[in-house]
Amino acid sequence: MKSNLIKSMTAFAALGLIISACAGAATPTTAPEPTAAPEATATTAPEATAAEATATTAAEPTAAEPTAATATTAPATGGELKVGLIMVGPYNDKGWSQAHYEAMEYVTQKQPGVTFDYVDKVNAGDRPNVKGSQVADDLIAKGAQVIIFNSDDFKDDALETAKKHPDIPVIHASGDYSWKEGNNFRDQPNLINIMGQMEYGKMIGGCAAAMATETGKIGYLGPLINEETRRLAASVYLGARYCWENYAGKDPKDLQFKVTWIGFWFNIPGVTLDPTKVADDFYNGGYDVVLSGIDTPEAAVQAKKAAEAGKTVKFVHYDYAGGCEVAPDVCLGVPYFNWGSAYLDAMQKAMNGQLTQSFSWNAPDWKNINDPDTSAVGFVQGKALGDNAAKLDEFIKGLGDNTIQLYKGPLNYQDGSVFLKDGEVATPQQIWYLQQLLEGMEGSSSAQ
Amino acid sequence: MNENSKTTRPPGASALSLRVSRAAYYQLGALLISLLFMALIVIFSGESPLRVVSSLWDGAFGTADQFARVLATLTPLLLCASGLIYTFTAGLYNLGVEGQIVVGAVATTWVLRALQNQVPAPLVIALGIIAGMAGGMLWGLLAGALNVYGKISEIFAGLGLNFVAQGLAIYLIFGPWKRPGVASMSGTEPFDESLWLGRIGQTEASPVALVIALVVLIITIVVMRNTYYGLRLKAVGQNPRAAFILGIPSTRLLLSSFAICGAFAGIAGALQVVALFHRLIPSISSSLGFLALLVVMLISFNALWILPMAFFFSGLNVGSLQLPMALRLESSLAGVIQGTLVLFALLARGLSERAGKIKRSQ
Repeated sequence: MKSNLIKSMTAFAALGLIISACAGAATPTTAPEPTAAPEATATTAPEATAAEATATTAAEPTAAEPTAATATTAPATGGELKVGLIMVGPYNDKGWSQAHYEAMEYVTQKQPGVTFDYVDKVNAGDRPNVKGSQVADDLIAKGAQVIIFNSDDFKDDALETAKKHPDIPVIHASGDYSWKEGNNFRDQPNLINIMGQMEYGKMIGGCAAAMATETGKIGYLGPLINEETRRLAASVYLGARYCWENYAGKDPKDLQFKVTWIGFWFNIPGVTLDPTKVADDFYNGGYDVVLSGIDTPEAAVQAKKAAEAGKTVKFVHYDYAGGCEVAPDVCLGVPYFNWGSAYLDAMQKAMNGQLTQSFSWNAPDWKNINDPDTSAVGFVQGKALGDNAAKLDEFIKGLGDNTIQLYKGPLNYQDGSVFLKDGEVATPQQIWYLQQLLEGMEGSSSAQ
Repeated sequence: MNENSKTTRPPGASALSLRVSRAAYYQLGALLISLLFMALIVIFSGESPLRVVSSLWDGAFGTADQFARVLATLTPLLLCASGLIYTFTAGLYNLGVEGQIVVGAVATTWVLRALQNQVPAPLVIALGIIAGMAGGMLWGLLAGALNVYGKISEIFAGLGLNFVAQGLAIYLIFGPWKRPGVASMSGTEPFDESLWLGRIGQTEASPVALVIALVVLIITIVVMRNTYYGLRLKAVGQNPRAAFILGIPSTRLLLSSFAICGAFAGIAGALQVVALFHRLIPSISSSLGFLALLVVMLISFNALWILPMAFFFSGLNVGSLQLPMALRLESSLAGVIQGTLVLFALLARGLSERAGKIKRSQ
């Protein structure tokens, strides 16, 4: 009996360890794709045109039946609107989820009558037996009139919720189910997709990296391989190649660009590659600039250590505007998302009963990419940029006025086949659904 | 069979019934202490215990959707707890139950993928569930073989196999079974609605799944109370060596308990696929195998109590979503409540056994 008791205690302790280990592992999950929330302290009132100006590839919402959304949302000004925000990570993760949370706080400041409830950490690690669609059901039962899902992983939940509650507009940040011209269109009148054109942020990061590298070797710490991560990695490369050639005045053939995919948005011991080790391998292998594409700050932390050990290395963070804080002296900058203007526009439409099926892939506001009221994507410049800051501004200006078009032929896929013919400019679909990495990039194009 | 079990009841039976009543007092005490303890935790986190209880209640039974969710959570809990009764009775701590759910789900997904659009949907679902059962059984037997032949503690064999099963699921989701063009934590492409097990309205409760779980539970209760097999399993659990000397094939019985537990957990995994998620996701078990372990520990391995206790834990599990929503409290508080209950129950059992020993030695 005694041994049985000891056994049961052992089992219980083991169970406790497992559960706490799971919870521990879950903490980083928290932020598939962290982002930076720009300060929601904007002083100027947003212009009504802001979101429209940025929505370059928005599908015409003609297929949508306006009645779907009108049914529930208060159709007049002075009305009230309760929003339910479902986040994959903690609302204060200093990353992806916090950006959404602060964007909704921004909306409540800008638009009287809007309030929001949120549930964060909706992921299998933190809340094992909870589905996103269940959280939506509960938020709707508590009076939510619009639902926001903030992760790509919620695509099924978003569709399920939209089908189950046809009167509630359901916003899925990232995702393409409502893109009529896309590959995965689902004709669901109350489903809305919103995404920022992070490709530009990545190009800017790539440019900063190319101007900074002394060895001509740039590393990209990639998450898992999918269309989104392929196009972002390719955008980094295109930005790097352009600035390597035009600002550093060097031959593109001499630029080495390597992508190492760890297998997920953060480290899962035993499942993914260890990003700390991958970052170290880059820095020790002569890659003196590493850009992060993952949620967690290994590229920054290891750069700091390498720099302290006397190596000349630099990094570009991702998603979180405060990303340079880890190691300001060796930080080149950080591209980040700003959801505020798109959400404000969406909620104003919802209040008028006009928020229906649409796909918005919002661009930076080129007048000022860090304008919290208008720009969907921004870039915070880091200290390590030094004298190259002026050239980077020139590059950003060129992207904005279209004098620099990077997704323009001739461009080949990694296997040498033609992606874009000479002079051909990629369509939004060709970019969104990028099939392979590009020629000149080293690394896998698809999961094995 | 019944006669048989009466005549061969171990001599310690009367002492056992005495101890049960003492144990009951200890359990009651444990419950009160753990309630007090939890109330203190809640007060320290700045909330009123009554509001926490009412939020939990609202979260579990406030709407039809929520109640349906309680039933949907109850199904795998009943199945796994029933399975665990066999291994616990045989004196085994089958922590591999999680992996057995996962492998069951993987096997079901494999059959559904292979047979969809080829044979009628109801047949695909039935074959899928059978495959899930077989997959779970295989995984259970593997843990059993490691334990019986490899002399590895079933606790660590099970935990190791859990990691392997989880790795397998993640590999399949991100590799061969990934969605077209995209691999993501949201799992494989959802199956066509024809392959979904029927649900009540648009809720998540599947009557068929629940009936399967209840049937398994009833079988378990009957086997444990009224069959020679159940009795022999108890004998092995009490003392495998003595049972072996008395002519009970311990090895075979131990392996069979692993197989049965694995099979039931495999059905749970199958139902997670066909009745709840309609696809394979990385966290397909929803950690309900571990929760079932807590349920079974708390009820002292007595199958009769599975239903009420599993129902209570389902309610707690589902209701906990209201804690962050209504009170801005961590929903992991519900996990603290579960853990506290079990810890105090185990302590009570230990203390009661110790008290019994002291009394006997006097």
